[in-house]
Amino acid sequence: MRLSLGHIAPHGTMLCLLVLFAGCAGIGSRAQVLGTDESQVKLRSIQTRAFDTADKDKMLRTVISTMQDLGFVIQRADDELGSVTGSKFLKNQVLNLTVTVRPRGGAQLLVRANAQYGLVAVEDPESYQDFFDALGKAMFLTAQQVE
Amino acid sequence: MAVFQKPLSLLLCVVLSGCATPIPKNILKLSPDSLEERQAQTRRYESKDEKQVLLACAGVLQDLGYTLDESRTKLGVVVGSKDRTAVDAGQVAGATVLVVLAALAGSQSDALNRIDDKQKIRASVVTRPSADGSEVLVRVTFQRIVWNRAGQISRVETVSDAELYQGFFDRLSKSIFLEAQKI
Repeated sequence: MRLSLGHIAPHGTMLCLLVLFAGCAGIGSRAQVLGTDESQVKLRSIQTRAFDTADKDKMLRTVISTMQDLGFVIQRADDELGSVTGSKFLKNQVLNLTVTVRPRGGAQLLVRANAQYGLVAVEDPESYQDFFDALGKAMFLTAQQVE
Repeated sequence: MAVFQKPLSLLLCVVLSGCATPIPKNILKLSPDSLEERQAQTRRYESKDEKQVLLACAGVLQDLGYTLDESRTKLGVVVGSKDRTAVDAGQVAGATVLVVLAALAGSQSDALNRIDDKQKIRASVVTRPSADGSEVLVRVTFQRIVWNRAGQISRVETVSDAELYQGFFDRLSKSIFLEAQKI
């Protein structure tokens, strides 16, 4: 007997729905609104670096070009708020990245990045370190850990 | 055979349902190809007026049927998108054959529901002045999301064909010329 996709697809769809409903997405999913896996303080320290420059526009432009070098397509940018958002497709999932830039004192800028891959927040320090390394190289500045 | 297929599709479902998706390593690391990609996606235009070049870019996007989603002159950013059909004659033919074969075998196939139906194409243009201020660098990136007839996302990709990028810049050269001539 010839087995075609049509044989398994109806069962497949049903199973898929079952897994979706019964799986992690179903139970207490409203808690995801304020949910994170890391503590607020730790997350900030992972995602934030200080740079010794007060030139916000230059920083924003460098953030944009670094994101492009990383393969992101820029979707939004705002010089007043100091934010840039872009997305990248990776293994059939969407990787979204938002970077914000704000002044810290008169001589420094705080840059914060946060990313989401598919349905999961990116919270591992290495990924953010990679981003800040690339950004620092492009700015000719060193990304400093913020306490 | 059929016994085999079920656990397989179950496994696929778990993977597709999201919770089990692991985050790949090095997702925010510069790849060795990044310089090459930057070169393919960037051109220099002799101009001291970045705003004028950005205007010309917006003009090209409009020429190509994109509607503008975002623009920030101060940062040199213009983003546009368009929704178009994604129906591919070859794919339709292949799916039709599958359906007929399934019918001959006495079953149904939903292959026709899986063929590409529509797509959203996003174009993002970023300009910046060169270090000496005599030129404006323009970098464009395209990405697209494709849906099948069942309304599911069947493909997401960053467009990487060099000819498409070249085609955009050819039109941009023309647009910059037209803008300069106030046409």
